[in-house]
Amino acid sequence: MSKYKMHVLVCGGTGCISSESEKIVKNIQECLIQHKLEEEVQVVQTGCFGFCEKGPIVKVLPDNTFYVQVKPDDAIEIVEEHIVKGRKVDRLLYKDPGSKKAIEDSKHMDFYKKQMRIALRNCGFVNPNNIEEYIARNGYYALGKVLTEMTPEQVIDEIKKSGLRGRGGGGFPTGLKWEFSRKSKSDKKYVVCNADEGDPGAFMDRSILEGDPHSIVEAMAICGYAIGADEGKVYIRAEYPLAIQRLQKAMNDAEEYGFLGDHILGTDFSFHIEIRYGAGAFVCGEETALIHSMEGERGEPTIKPPFPSESGFWGKPTNVNNVETFANIPIILLKGADWFRKIGTKKSPGTKVFALAGKINNVGLIEVPMGTTLREVIFDIGGGIKDGKKFKAVQTGGPSGGCLTEKDLDTPIDFDTLVEKGSMMGSGGMIVMDEDDCMPSVAKFYLEFTEEESCGKCTPCRIGTKRLSELLKKITSGQGTEAHLQELRRLSVVIKETALCGLGQTAPNPVLSTLNNFEEEYIAHVKDHQCPAGQCTALLQYKIDPETCVGCTVCARVCPVNAITGERKKPHSIDQKICIKCGSCYDRCPTHAIEKR
Amino acid sequence: MSDVKLTIDGKTIEVPKGTTILEAAKKLGLFIPTLCHLDLHDIKMVNQTASCRICVVEVEGVRRLMTACSTPVSEGMVVRTNTMRVLNARKTVMELILSDHPKDCLICPKSGDCELQDLAETLGIREISITGKSQSVYKKDFSPSIIRDMNKCIMCRRCETMCNDVQTVGALSGINRGFDAVVSTAFESPLVDTVCTHCGQCVAVCPVGALSEQDNVWTVVEALADPEKIVVVQTAPAVRVALGEEFGYEPGTIVTGKMVSALRQLGFNYVFDTDFAADLTIMEEATEVLDRLKRYLAGDKEVPLPILTSCCPAWVNFIESQFPELLDIPSSAKSPQQMFGSIAKSYYAEKLGIPREKMIVVSVMPCLAKKYEASREEFQVDNNPDVDLTISTRELAHLIKQANLNLHELEEEKFDQPLGESTGAGVIFGTTGGVIEAATRTAYEWLTGKELKNIDFEQLRGMDGVRVATVPIDDFKLNIGIAHGLGNARILLEEIKAGNPRNLHVIEIMACPGGCIGGGGQPYHHGNIEILKKRSAALYQEDRNKPIRKSHENPAIQELYKTYLGKPMGDKSSVLLHTTYTAKEKV
Repeated sequence: MSKYKMHVLVCGGTGCISSESEKIVKNIQECLIQHKLEEEVQVVQTGCFGFCEKGPIVKVLPDNTFYVQVKPDDAIEIVEEHIVKGRKVDRLLYKDPGSKKAIEDSKHMDFYKKQMRIALRNCGFVNPNNIEEYIARNGYYALGKVLTEMTPEQVIDEIKKSGLRGRGGGGFPTGLKWEFSRKSKSDKKYVVCNADEGDPGAFMDRSILEGDPHSIVEAMAICGYAIGADEGKVYIRAEYPLAIQRLQKAMNDAEEYGFLGDHILGTDFSFHIEIRYGAGAFVCGEETALIHSMEGERGEPTIKPPFPSESGFWGKPTNVNNVETFANIPIILLKGADWFRKIGTKKSPGTKVFALAGKINNVGLIEVPMGTTLREVIFDIGGGIKDGKKFKAVQTGGPSGGCLTEKDLDTPIDFDTLVEKGSMMGSGGMIVMDEDDCMPSVAKFYLEFTEEESCGKCTPCRIGTKRLSELLKKITSGQGTEAHLQELRRLSVVIKETALCGLGQTAPNPVLSTLNNFEEEYIAHVKDHQCPAGQCTALLQYKIDPETCVGCTVCARVCPVNAITGERKKPHSIDQKICIKCGSCYDRCPTHAIEKR
Repeated sequence: MSDVKLTIDGKTIEVPKGTTILEAAKKLGLFIPTLCHLDLHDIKMVNQTASCRICVVEVEGVRRLMTACSTPVSEGMVVRTNTMRVLNARKTVMELILSDHPKDCLICPKSGDCELQDLAETLGIREISITGKSQSVYKKDFSPSIIRDMNKCIMCRRCETMCNDVQTVGALSGINRGFDAVVSTAFESPLVDTVCTHCGQCVAVCPVGALSEQDNVWTVVEALADPEKIVVVQTAPAVRVALGEEFGYEPGTIVTGKMVSALRQLGFNYVFDTDFAADLTIMEEATEVLDRLKRYLAGDKEVPLPILTSCCPAWVNFIESQFPELLDIPSSAKSPQQMFGSIAKSYYAEKLGIPREKMIVVSVMPCLAKKYEASREEFQVDNNPDVDLTISTRELAHLIKQANLNLHELEEEKFDQPLGESTGAGVIFGTTGGVIEAATRTAYEWLTGKELKNIDFEQLRGMDGVRVATVPIDDFKLNIGIAHGLGNARILLEEIKAGNPRNLHVIEIMACPGGCIGGGGQPYHHGNIEILKKRSAALYQEDRNKPIRKSHENPAIQELYKTYLGKPMGDKSSVLLHTTYTAKEKV
């Protein structure tokens, strides 16, 4: 890279590519050629920068200028103004929402200030399709180190000492898992990378695979060496074409460079990786279900024991780790367990990647040290709630997690505190809700998801989630009773205690946590037949305030079912029997005379 | 393995490592309720899906409840099986199951034999407070043998374990997700278009009414009431040692005489015995065995060997769809049921001086595949089937009960002649190893010309899934293979495909574990393997009780050949008593 004086990094994540970032790359390149700068300035298509809210992102090095919402047509201006003349393109700079001032250097953006990128260390920095860029960032150095300087036991010890816990949801100590697989005696063992990211709104694993696939290849080889496996499988959703394409390229290049295949780096250690496609069933994120799916069987969990570390893929000891867990491995081995332990909390060292979504200003992918509070994540990094609305709750852990509220905002996030609060880390989905969100409806949304994604094997999950979602449907459609609330609670507790796998055991969490935190909202639904957030259509009533109504007739004209009548210049009224609660009148009334209750 | 000490409900017990909580509790006399669980490890049928979650218990130090059927014990474990928390969970799970189960117990084919019904009674469920209204809805599937009413499926997966792991047929699998998940066939095809062999073992293990037999009882009643018809009945060997169970007799009680009496009172014009046809089968099959062996020993290496028995219709379906390349090796002899039908509607109808259309042949079978077999086109003459109606042992019990007959009160009676005459060799057709033992008795005497002194070939008996024995016949050593259960049959067939390394000459295969005594139409054993062993012992007892124990000595058989058939594998018997096999492409 040394011959280039400048680098223009363009985000090549799935989100930004959908917003024509590939065209931006092309346009910048063409423009550079016109100015005969192609030898001076390198354009790099990177992985995700994380700031998806404002994508496509273009970053110029060495000055760290961070351009947001760039369009293909902006390429000329970036080249001619910034690169040729050295004048930053003001209108493309990120404006701080508070001070409204443009921020030139991304280091000064609130979104990045509190982040610490370990798993995402190379995302938005290197070209994921270029193995040499990964090598330049000390890539495959950890693999070389373990193969030549460490015994498998020492590798496992180092990971155990680091305190790294599984980032896929459960938080099981990774080193311990490796040790179990190491100790299982067998002629054949497997390393499996779980890339079956299924939480709605989560894209941590996808971004890592798209932005830094070599880190996963390297980590899997290290794991293979540690547990005594010579074969690895990446189980990935077929809906992740870009991640698959980049991972495959990384595997091919790694093999060509001798980091994968037979006799890696000239040692006796051989390791091969193969990609296996999943069809996107949520339950296949559960490791036994994942293994059955890879074997061509129905993706269904089976009882543990036996654990995959004893009997997994084709009955052989199999170590299953999630993408983000693997992404942490090379750097831990390079910088040491002690370095890693200093980050995060005592029981959950390191960082965690979260996918911020929902009613938040800065939707995107972030990585923070464990122990960061929800308030810091939502308000500092996330830039607070959209449109100045009031924060109501945040769902962590996807459909398996629960809602946390205002009172939990200062809780330092780690695996254990979230469970204490009735939620869970999950794989890192974080969906923020504001005052307009109805909590029974939120619970209903998640239960509809688990109801559909349940494999149907065990009774509590197959029938129980169906019954929960039916109850929630009744409650949100005005047919609920107080007895239904008791039923909801009783069923939820039993499902949690009796379901076969993690999917069922956590499925009632959204119900229980919203019931616990927002009981009054449920009661309003069943007792007063009102939805305080004004979301449940069946419980809504639109009424015209005769004092405010000027009789302009707009409402009567927009009403699609002719439910509104009234004489010109006289107060109008809505016939509740005809009204379909579409809200057209509410939106169009020039005097805001229509109330929604 | 070392022992593990644990406490269950305050009682301490030591059990071997690897024992489940359920098994340990049983040793203490504590019976934790189960539903999906089924352990018939003698026949490799162990359903440990732990999917129903009824057997949950509290384990100290574990936050969740654990399933007793699948959780192995560990040192110092403290288990509670009857706390309020456990009882509430169990009741709630049961209510969940019932909330998605039809409540038509009164007219359900499994009523009285339903494990879900029993469990609801055990748990004292008097109302279902779970308020969901939806009930899974699937289309009923009718095959000539089996009815699938998946609205009643509770997803225990026993049928799937049986079909895939034990029988290795692979007709059934879980499909769909969540509430719509159900066990079905590939592409939800009708069972009859699949690789299903109609063995009925899925029906035998289904705890509820989701799988049941095609019930022909009423059609039999109608036939009996038709004054224009002569109704003839044959009863398979395994029926007589199991029918009593439906009337409260101990398993293994022989009720042959009472069964004959009941059939006569029901109005069958002639009560005959499939055992007669079994003897006839031996005549044909033993001839075929000797024919092939003699040619083989004379140096003809093209002779298809080993020769496989062909009495079992499920087994025939299996080889037709799964091993079409081996279709030249089974014996071409029809099964006893079909030989009987064929002889009844030719030899006997002629004797009575009636056209075959006037005769209705009913068979009582321990088997569901026999229903399918009877419907095969090969076994019809001018669209008139050799066997018109097949009912199972269970259906016969229903028929007897419907007719207000009390088996206990009935006098013992004898079968009608001549098609009711049989030997001990015909009787043991009903258990694994029996067909080949019967054939060996005859083959021995035919080959050596000497009288067989020791009739009991103990080396061919037993319950091991795959057995191999050598029987010396003078200088020749006859190598015999036996398999019961289609998974075991597959092992032997693969062996044959791999060049028959053990040089087997004859192989007996029965599709059901234990042979016909464990057939899909027998009274439900509810997971008690001892019942199968007792039925088998009873058949050997019946064999010992018979004055004649070798098929070729059956006087009625000798008469049949003398006056009608000529010789075994002759022109007439080839037409009436032999069949062909066709490769079947099924999903």
